[in-house]
Amino acid sequence: MTEDVGVELTGAQILVHFLEDEGVELVWGYPGGAALPIYDALDTDAKKLKHVLVRHEQAAVHAADGFARSTGLPGVSLVTSGPGATNTVTGIATAYMDSIPMVVITGQVASNMIGLDAFQEIDTVGITRPIVKHNFLVKDVNDLAMTLKKAFYIATTGRPGPVVVDIPKDIQNAKTDYQYPKSVSLRSYEPITKGHSGQIKKAIDMMVSAKRPIIYTGGGVVLGGASEALTELARHLGYPVTNTLMGLGGYPAEDKQFVGMLGMHGTYEANLSMHNSDLIIAIGARFDDRVTGNLEKFCPNAKVVHVDIDPASISKNVVVDIPIVGPVKQVLEKMVSLLKKHKMTPDQDALSDWWKQIEAWRSTNCLRYEQIGHKIKPQTAMEAVWRITEGEAYVTSDVGQHQMFAAQYYKFNKPRRWINSGGLGTMGFGLPAAMGVQAAYPDATVVCVTGEGSIQMNIQELSTCLQYGLPIKVLCLNNGFLGMVRQWQEFFYDRRYSMSYMDSLPDFVKLVEAYGHVGIRIDDPETMQAQLEEAFSEKYKDRFVFIDVITDQQENVYPMIPAGAGLDEMILV
Amino acid sequence: MRHIISMLIENESGALSRVSGLFSARGYNIHALTVAPTDEGSISRLTLVTSGNDQQIEQIVKHLNRLIDVIKVVDITEGDHIERELMMVKLRATGAMREEIKRLSDIFRGTIVDVTQQVYTVQLAGESQKLDAFIEALDKGLIIEIVRSGAVGLMRGEKSLHI
Repeated sequence: MTEDVGVELTGAQILVHFLEDEGVELVWGYPGGAALPIYDALDTDAKKLKHVLVRHEQAAVHAADGFARSTGLPGVSLVTSGPGATNTVTGIATAYMDSIPMVVITGQVASNMIGLDAFQEIDTVGITRPIVKHNFLVKDVNDLAMTLKKAFYIATTGRPGPVVVDIPKDIQNAKTDYQYPKSVSLRSYEPITKGHSGQIKKAIDMMVSAKRPIIYTGGGVVLGGASEALTELARHLGYPVTNTLMGLGGYPAEDKQFVGMLGMHGTYEANLSMHNSDLIIAIGARFDDRVTGNLEKFCPNAKVVHVDIDPASISKNVVVDIPIVGPVKQVLEKMVSLLKKHKMTPDQDALSDWWKQIEAWRSTNCLRYEQIGHKIKPQTAMEAVWRITEGEAYVTSDVGQHQMFAAQYYKFNKPRRWINSGGLGTMGFGLPAAMGVQAAYPDATVVCVTGEGSIQMNIQELSTCLQYGLPIKVLCLNNGFLGMVRQWQEFFYDRRYSMSYMDSLPDFVKLVEAYGHVGIRIDDPETMQAQLEEAFSEKYKDRFVFIDVITDQQENVYPMIPAGAGLDEMILV
Repeated sequence: MRHIISMLIENESGALSRVSGLFSARGYNIHALTVAPTDEGSISRLTLVTSGNDQQIEQIVKHLNRLIDVIKVVDITEGDHIERELMMVKLRATGAMREEIKRLSDIFRGTIVDVTQQVYTVQLAGESQKLDAFIEALDKGLIIEIVRSGAVGLMRGEKSLHI
């Protein structure tokens, strides 16, 4: 609590005091007319709260998102009305699709101007409605503190998500007594805190009697802080584990029970284990189309246990036999304790046969590639970075081939280390997200894996990185193509590479040098290792380094399940 | 199959568009929708008529429950229920048709609520099918204007939707 209890403050000051009382330390934003009172209050009233000035509002939201994904705390951004608010839309939608806790504060024109097409007026609540967990337009300064409390409560509980609070300028200027609301309750929103014990019991009975089981986990395990519980359950049962793109790091990637990522660019062993399983234990995952492939061909012989905090995710795409609605951590812990208490163990003979089969699939070594000739394979660069950073880096990514290479070749043993836009697939996410992570962990190694296409979608943030001394390492896998688009055109559009070639690329080394950063170009496989080592060495520990790796233009991401195919219909090489 | 979904929502601006927006965003149908405040001023009751298979209806109810402004949802067509819709029909009523319309209205237990030398306005309440039947029974050339409220309903007996 601050000493300002009961003191009369303006709405703008209330916002600043509230954020401090709520424990927020970092706000990402960009000022403008309808947010000026708030920016003034930041100057006069903020004690611990720090504001980072980005160069585009989209980046403010992605940075808050990266902060939230890496810490588990809600990300906060602050923008003005009109274009300030519309520029946040892609960032909010990105967070919404991946269930990231976030509060976005938007300035709005004064209440008496709303509806008059005023300068920089836009219906922010209307525009963001389909892409938020909830949003508010504050109509009375007396409601402001409680509305903010509700916003943080809604954003961070249940299935998390972004919440927008739109504050008209007159509300920012109006005065009232401020007291930090310690608690909040909403009659229409009570997140579930426990899974149904009867359903959990039924699930474990089905789990121990399975012959070919697989544990399939998603972003919910990471968001729900359930990695340890998952690891304990998986080890207790001895079952194979696969992660979705969003779930990587939820289970240690170097563990022998881990069969890799599943789905469109998943491993052979993960997808075939899914396809041939008789029981799928789905935890905090949502049977996304990039995971299931063709639903009609999906896992024909499998029963499904599905644990998720959101009932609407259950039986949405795949009909579930045993649904369990609840926080994944609590449900998994309960499963482990029941299994131990009743000394329930799986059928070891069946399990041993199942593992033999999985090992046979694994022996195809589906992620193999050959470094031949003088073109750098993107996979080698990715693997080298994994080794150099000893698997301990926070890795953000943009969207495209490089994203898949990162997911396949960087082995994440810990949750919250892999930060990417899985649901919306937002190009331009990687660099600002890395700013959020680096700000949260100033001493950690933060790598932004990107391509020459994606990086240009938020490249203005090079300036922010200089201003705040963020020593991010950008690994740009530069093949001069929108690689994933090129790959689809090669496979499905008769090699007509329509608009996927990037001509007139900037000299990235000179470009980042112009921003005051370090640029390194790598185009020789012979020198790549040494150059990468230098980029990650003590020499550049405090510097932003842009590593422009010129890679083989023809390289594709394998394995691949073409759209409309089943999980057993993979293209291997 | 046709379902009537009834819900209590916060009586706040935006609550209605969250509900209708959900239907358009996820490609669900709304055949009819009606909303008004309840005896508790901060709560509105919204009733909508939709259609879909069991899985679709289950998803609709789950997604509605997920909306923060939605307090409670029930599919009243799941069990025994009473359903009513109000309709007003403005009809060209001249010569012999004046008697004919009056007779038809009586058969359907309608009431003539507005009369001029040229026009009758018939008010009719009942299940939506009954209103459809009345329109079917009319000579189409007589109809000047129709307005229907959309169905509302309650579960029969002790069951109720309340907070």
